Amino acid sequence: MSIVRAIGRFAYDFVIGDDWKIAAAVVSALLVGALLLVAGVPAVAVVLVTAGLVAAAFTAAMVIDVRR
Amino acid sequence: MAHHAVWGLVLATFVAAFVEFVEALTIVLAMGLTRGWRSALAGTGAALVALAGFTAVVGYALATWLPRSALQLVVGVLLLIFGLQWLRKAILRSAGLKAQHDETQEYREQTQAARAAGEQRRFGLDWFGFVVSFKGVFLEGVEVVFIVITFGLNAGNVPVAAASALVAGLVVAAAGVVASRPLSAVPENTLKYAVGLLLATYGTFWSVEGLGVLHGGRSLEWPGGDLALPVILAGWLVLSRILVTVLPKVRAREKVGA
Repeated sequence: MSIVRAIGRFAYDFVIGDDWKIAAAVVSALLVGALLLVAGVPAVAVVLVTAGLVAAAFTAAMVIDVRR
Repeated sequence: MAHHAVWGLVLATFVAAFVEFVEALTIVLAMGLTRGWRSALAGTGAALVALAGFTAVVGYALATWLPRSALQLVVGVLLLIFGLQWLRKAILRSAGLKAQHDETQEYREQTQAARAAGEQRRFGLDWFGFVVSFKGVFLEGVEVVFIVITFGLNAGNVPVAAASALVAGLVVAAAGVVASRPLSAVPENTLKYAVGLLLATYGTFWSVEGLGVLHGGRSLEWPGGDLALPVILAGWLVLSRILVTVLPKVRAREKVGA
């Protein structure tokens, strides 16, 4: 059990890292991009909007981090 | 693959691997000098063998089972999270909101812990020195392997990525042998900032392309193709500089308001 827990902790530290908000920001921005794509929005628009969303979500995560 | 993409790959993997190897070297030096070189080097060797196995299994699994767009999405997302974590720390350090990473301080802490630890021998080795060296090299090494595999597979050139990381490892090892002390002269914070920007750039590029897995399975195309990479890099650089300027003001306003 301790090995499973150790692997889980390693995976969490490795992927999520010190601040879970960064991972949440990336995943949410890409989810919105995926929804836009499925909804039939042109691919070029999805590419540009998703990139902008990633930057915006990262900025929001940083501001929340500093304000706490 | 275009020339600039090859150089981007070489540069990104070299710098990222260099930073990770410096951290691993700090730990191995601390163990070698306080607990004995035999255990520290045995731990390092065992970690390198474990890393080779890990690389073979993960690399084969990724390359064999995932279609290109799914691979881009999965590794792009991981790379983006990874890169933004580095960028976050670099921005906070540049803005004076977080202490600078200091290899000398890290080395001091490691050696103090090593001196305080009790003596326990297994297989003729000092177990503390062996385990700490193994963990240090393996954990830092997994990050390098991850970068090599993701960059290499996505750019379609694993050998170039692996060679860049290997050269970085040899340079750090040689510097460690010559100096026999932590490489505190390496501007690690600046390097981490650069690596964060590079990882975030490639992560953005690939994760967004990978969304095409939901769109007939074909990768999405950035306007301008690979030429979008320098534009994305410039975008992350500008945003990070804005955050370095603005975040201290946000913190100050928050303190006044509290």
